[in-house]
Amino acid sequence: MTITPPVLEMAGITKRFSGVVALDQVNLTVGQGEVVALIGENGAGKSTLMKILGGVHAPDAGTIRVGGTPVIIRSVGDAMARGIGFVHQELNVLDNLDIAGNVFLGREPVHGGPLRLIDRKRLHAETDALLERLGIGVSSRTSLAALSLAQRQMVEIARALSQNARLVLMDEPTSSLTLSETERLLQVVTELRAQGVSIIYISHRLGEVEQIADRVEVLRDGKNAGTLTGEGIRHDALVTLMVGRDIAAADKAQAAATKTPRFQVRGLQTARYPERTVSFSIGAGEILGFAGLVGAGRTEVAQALFGVERARGGSVLLDNKAISITSPQDAIASGIYLIPEDRRRFGLITDMVLRENVTLPALRRVAPAGLIQRGAEQETARNACGSLNVKAPSVEATASTLSGGNQQKVVLAKWLSLGPKVLLFDEPTRGIDVGAKAEIYEQMRTLARAGAAILMISSDMEEILHVSDRVAVMHEGGITGVLDRADFSEEAIMRLAVGRTEKAKAVAAA
Amino acid sequence: MRKELGIFLLLAALCAVVAVVNPRFLGAANLQNMARLIGMYGIFSIGLGIVIITGGIDLSVGSIFALLGVVLAMLLTDQGWPGPLGAITVVAGSMGLGLLHGLLITRIGLQPFIVTLCGLLFYRGLARFVAEDETKGFGSARGFETLQSAATESVLGVPMPFVLLLVIAAIMWVVLHRSVYGRYLFAVGKNEEAARYSGVRTRRIITGAYVISGALAGIAGVLIAFYTNSIAPSTHGNFNELYGIAAAVLGGCSLRGGEGSILGILIGTALLQVLQNLVNLLGIPSSLNFAVMGAVILVGVIADELFKRRPSKGLSNAIS
Repeated sequence: MTITPPVLEMAGITKRFSGVVALDQVNLTVGQGEVVALIGENGAGKSTLMKILGGVHAPDAGTIRVGGTPVIIRSVGDAMARGIGFVHQELNVLDNLDIAGNVFLGREPVHGGPLRLIDRKRLHAETDALLERLGIGVSSRTSLAALSLAQRQMVEIARALSQNARLVLMDEPTSSLTLSETERLLQVVTELRAQGVSIIYISHRLGEVEQIADRVEVLRDGKNAGTLTGEGIRHDALVTLMVGRDIAAADKAQAAATKTPRFQVRGLQTARYPERTVSFSIGAGEILGFAGLVGAGRTEVAQALFGVERARGGSVLLDNKAISITSPQDAIASGIYLIPEDRRRFGLITDMVLRENVTLPALRRVAPAGLIQRGAEQETARNACGSLNVKAPSVEATASTLSGGNQQKVVLAKWLSLGPKVLLFDEPTRGIDVGAKAEIYEQMRTLARAGAAILMISSDMEEILHVSDRVAVMHEGGITGVLDRADFSEEAIMRLAVGRTEKAKAVAAA
Repeated sequence: MRKELGIFLLLAALCAVVAVVNPRFLGAANLQNMARLIGMYGIFSIGLGIVIITGGIDLSVGSIFALLGVVLAMLLTDQGWPGPLGAITVVAGSMGLGLLHGLLITRIGLQPFIVTLCGLLFYRGLARFVAEDETKGFGSARGFETLQSAATESVLGVPMPFVLLLVIAAIMWVVLHRSVYGRYLFAVGKNEEAARYSGVRTRRIITGAYVISGALAGIAGVLIAFYTNSIAPSTHGNFNELYGIAAAVLGGCSLRGGEGSILGILIGTALLQVLQNLVNLLGIPSSLNFAVMGAVILVGVIADELFKRRPSKGLSNAIS
């Protein structure tokens, strides 16, 4: 169509790792001002392809052209020199510097002279100009420590732009953002596109992909699985291409949940919002979604209920009996388990093997007289991992070697054999691919059917709408409304999440 | 297991070299003397290793030796306490100090380095004050010969401290590598928060490690006091905590926590004593003693780091 060559053209890229083909003749083209979404399950080859673009791996075959010129990329620096910037999933910013210091790290403008003193005036002026372009209302002198996750991400984008990036690669940029922050990021992507910057957008969130992508490239098992453009970018089509089969829409939540409340929380006060109280109840077999913006206090509620943070006040009833929870041991003894948000920090000991992780909460069950019986321990771990379909060479595999989805299943496996009565899921599928997500939803439903009361905190709107039987929405430490399935809609939840309660039903305080 | 093998090979090579250069190395008297020292140092090194496995450190051990030493000597000679009662008292005291360290670290949230550094200074000063800066000893006092023999005698030619070390090591091996408590120690050392989220009482586990270290330091302290038989409060036990830390680290304990083994600590302890012995037997000026130890430990950990790096290559595979 146009005479200008594509910004990026990767053709016939092949990469093997000790005999295993990770990428097989993969093609990827990005035109100027085009937003290309790159999607695929974990292990499909997205990361490898991007590592090749960043010079981390060298391709075994294939060519890369930037602006029509064949190039060899040996390092991230090479890539940047050719106008390719990266915004990583794990943020690479330094807390102890201000925004300007981060944006120009390693490339600070200097005054002439032997001391190479930093030209602070220019540094801040140039950074402020970039921040304005991105529409962030903060000064370049703001310390990174004072910024939210979303703002830090903007700093990364500013860093890419400061190097005149014509193509910005975003790897799961919204995985830790709230709904409104996500909206803001998508807006920035749109603005960048209008400015002629091209974007490669990697995400598991298909809703976002639908919303912003001009074109979607799907990878499956290291190959191009298909391309969708314009109107063809639809949720079901994306899923079909990604998994190569139709995923039976996880059975819709059922109203079969009994009305008997299994788990009741009354007047819970957390240290974060001591002036607010939270009350709700979950029936046996029910999944209560917990929606809200990040910082609304949802995680604090879960942490108080699990005893890792002490509650300021309130009472908790399990099967109509009051229980006291002042430590995780109390919660665990009552059958209340938490699947925390940051699984690599709180959910798992990633340096330990699966066996050790799975048996940790109830080690004494396999250790009569305080001595661990290796055989019994292995069997317990094998059964737990097996029933959750954890994909690992054996229970002696180190947890860090597993994919995010499988790690999450291991976290779940820790609690499964203990007969959960209440499960508190905090962002259960963050950074997890579609296939594993479906399995985790299925597992949640199975647990619910077995009578567990399930609380699911999620910032993923699709997940909230799809999985919950009811949704409670939090805003600044309080519950602004509870929606029944019939009243579910993105708009209704958003309205409550930003604190507008007038249209919501009266809060069904238990 | 590989980690222990590497350090064991280093130990074996060192022994071989010293034995070839100076055959006296293999003489009964020399071996016995070395075994006695390995016994005493090994006991408290195990305690230090356990603290290090939790991600902590204990710098106060040497000063505790001085404090225990003068108190024990004064109890037995000046006060005329029966030997066992005196020994039990000081071991209990040492456990009490460990408990104090553990509580300061877990309840107030102080850093182990700071807490035990303060201990290092405080107990040394206290020892000198209590002893009025005079060297204390057991002299010709009677009534605790059996206790003394635990440090100075041998059974079937094997020095008692070494026998004690083997017994303690066996017990601690079971505790560390087979028991629930041991698993919790590693879990807490690797990721304290995740352990807490799994219902492990992390503060108790960590405090327990300092109590164990206190107990083992107490036992070793009693042996060392009887062995030297003269306790100069300003120098007794100086640098001993560093021997223990070095032995644990050489033996595979990571200062980041979560790694280590009893076997490794034993080999590390033996290696340090062989090095000391080497300086004597090879006629190296004894002023170079620390320099030799420092150099060998450095070479050891560099080699270990290089070994570790090699196989990890090629693991950066395609899993996204």
